[in-house]
Amino acid sequence: MLSRIAESLFWIGRYVERADDTARLLDVHVQILLEDPWAEEDAACRSLLSVMDRPAPPPDVEVGREHVLDVLAYDRFSPSAIAGALVAARENARRAREIVSTELWECLNATWNQLPTHMRPTRPHDYFTWVRERAAIVAGIMDGTTSRDETWSFMVLGRSIERADMTARLLTTRALAGSAGPGWTTLLRSCGAHEAFLRTYRGTAPDERAAGFLLLDRLFPRSIVSALNQAEACLTALEPVADRAGIDDARRHLGHVRSNLEYRPLMEILDDLPREMELVQRACSAASDSVRGRYFPSGAELTWVGEAL
Amino acid sequence: MADLFDDYPAGPAWDEMIGPDGDVHAAYRNVHAALAQLSDGDLRARADTLARSYLTQGVTFDFAGEERPFPLDVVPRVIAGDEWEHVAPGVQQRVRALEAFLADVYGPQKAVADGVVPRSVVVSSTHFHRAARGIEPPNGVRVHVSGIDLVRDSLGGWRVLEDNVRVPSGVSYVLSNRRAMAQTFPELFATLRIRPVVDYSRRLLAALIAAAPAGVDDPTVVVLTPGVYNSAYFEHTLLARTMGVELVEGRDLYCAGGRVWMRTTQGRRRVDVIYRRVDDEFLDPVTFRSDSLLGCPGLMTCARLGTVTLANAVGNGVADDKLLYTYVPDLIRYHLGEEPILPNVDTWRLEDPRALAEVLDRLDELVVKPVDGSGGKGLVVGPKASRAELDALRARLREDPRGWIAQPVVQLSTVPTLVEDGLRPRHVDLRPFAVNDGDAVYVLPGGLTRVALPEGQLVVNSSQGGGSKDTWVLGGRVPRRSQHQGQQQPQRVAQDAAVPIDSSPQDARVQVMQQQQQRATGGATC
Repeated sequence: MLSRIAESLFWIGRYVERADDTARLLDVHVQILLEDPWAEEDAACRSLLSVMDRPAPPPDVEVGREHVLDVLAYDRFSPSAIAGALVAARENARRAREIVSTELWECLNATWNQLPTHMRPTRPHDYFTWVRERAAIVAGIMDGTTSRDETWSFMVLGRSIERADMTARLLTTRALAGSAGPGWTTLLRSCGAHEAFLRTYRGTAPDERAAGFLLLDRLFPRSIVSALNQAEACLTALEPVADRAGIDDARRHLGHVRSNLEYRPLMEILDDLPREMELVQRACSAASDSVRGRYFPSGAELTWVGEAL
Repeated sequence: MADLFDDYPAGPAWDEMIGPDGDVHAAYRNVHAALAQLSDGDLRARADTLARSYLTQGVTFDFAGEERPFPLDVVPRVIAGDEWEHVAPGVQQRVRALEAFLADVYGPQKAVADGVVPRSVVVSSTHFHRAARGIEPPNGVRVHVSGIDLVRDSLGGWRVLEDNVRVPSGVSYVLSNRRAMAQTFPELFATLRIRPVVDYSRRLLAALIAAAPAGVDDPTVVVLTPGVYNSAYFEHTLLARTMGVELVEGRDLYCAGGRVWMRTTQGRRRVDVIYRRVDDEFLDPVTFRSDSLLGCPGLMTCARLGTVTLANAVGNGVADDKLLYTYVPDLIRYHLGEEPILPNVDTWRLEDPRALAEVLDRLDELVVKPVDGSGGKGLVVGPKASRAELDALRARLREDPRGWIAQPVVQLSTVPTLVEDGLRPRHVDLRPFAVNDGDAVYVLPGGLTRVALPEGQLVVNSSQGGGSKDTWVLGGRVPRRSQHQGQQQPQRVAQDAAVPIDSSPQDARVQVMQQQQQRATGGATC
């Protein structure tokens, strides 16, 4: 498979997952601001912006929901906003048009076409629901029409890395806002995990359990550990480990941060959650870079260095 | 500009939003202002959104074989915080008194011996079950969940209309109403401090766990439903789902060795607490109706052995018998030594021949209700009834005076409600829900407001064409949140510690190009 195509597949996976997860994250935060009369809108919005790596407006400007939605949901030009991610996913599918199935292409293209009509509805919730549904359709078409070869592995690899990264960001929003932020229940709900969690632990489980569920659960597909496992499995499928010792970069980054979470007491992780989540995000970013270095080398990196010979 | 409230007529009853001289009551000021800004079309669009959201969620009821969304009105009902501080303790008091009465009536019967309640009233109640005598609930709670129906009369005072301590339903509407309203009226939620209701399921589960038989470490709680054809099935699934417990039907349970078990893929599993939504008569074919397929044979034996807790307890119906209702103020004084906070509606006990004579005489101006009915079944509103109906009713009253009570027509308060002609006053009642965990009675802020949609209709039950309104209790203290130690203070992350969100280098190039184009044309990005 061409590297360029593989890169596009990888990024389709990431962008669609990003749109999905950002929609979930924003949905819960907007809902919180609505339902909780004691929420401090300015502080909550600022922490959200900082978690999503967006510059916050100067301190004397009141940051409200509208601003957050403009920046994170409706910006078509930034691939890290929902609309932008959907646009970028469609662009990538266009580049890999001969590899992605027609159904998948049509789905991504239809999403892109419908985007303007769904933006800025009276209820942001409608937009988020639509985005989640489109992402689910993409995932379903991928699942149903892609052979389990490299095509599949690259898309799912991208999706899993993005999922680990975004879940980590979601958990950070909780820690940053402290008691003013969304409760664990709300976070679980935003990942579609609330009911799975309740069935697993019953309704009276303490907060740490909820944190543990999103961090460590091996069976729930949106937990960080589960997403990292999936990413590692994809890397293995792409290139089975043949060496007797050592491991390639991408797997090292992911495996290291995963074992760091899996083999430590939960309370220790929770005590410094933002820091731990930052490590997860950095590992995902580093793994993504390694994947690029390994599988999608671009022409610019080929430089001739005379002295080294 | 024409205002939605411009032609709002003054109704016959006390209106909760708009006073007789057109001024808006304080609690409703924000809601009124927000609604007045909307046009009729806007308001109807929002109403459609609400209905659609209910169809998607499956909050429907069966109307002549067709699934209709349960009507949720767009105008919320608002209760001021200080008013609620009067209602909630009243409900708590009522629940405590009924709890004490049930413990007494299925035990020493002191209230009967002391002449507070005549023995005949107790034993003639259709829901007084001798089989329940001697079943001691582990933490002394029989009324785990209750719904006390309240009305506001023409002077704006709260009165108790009836008690529901068997299987009160409707709480699922409170929870789903709130969700739907928050999504439809974000701007109102932003300006008002509305007390949240999401806590209910957690409280309920805590109360059910507290009621588990002694010595059970990690009790298994289940919700017992009559099945998918029950009109309240939506509620059963919602409660089971939000509590994270199993929703079982009678056939999933069996009794063996003095215990209740449920059949699972992993073999049998012990059941410790059953939140049953099946009526007493159908619960156990051994003790009650032998043709029941909804219950589980042997349940009562297990309850008597104390290996399983039934919530609510069997036989609670004696406490919400409408004739007993007339004795509740006395019971509050007798059991609690307190004056009732919420008064009853005046009621004639038809067993008294003089009362019967008076009622028969004035039948066309009274409301007559069967004592064991619920859902507005069998209720006759005198002023609305035809001569033939009244004559038939007279005969029935003479035949069975114990079976009926009579009350004056209470002009239920009205709240503006969206109907075909626009906003019109419609009568409402309120059913606050209370959960008793043995230590305290928790009253869900708000409760279910039912609204009678036909004009002038005083019966609000959904089976009689009623809808509901989201009920907002305003203000109150900031709740103390459960917190993980060391996380009381928000943790800060320096701006530079934020991890950038990657994007494909190819897209980044495109993005720069696009931004350059944008800048060239002077457009703003967001």
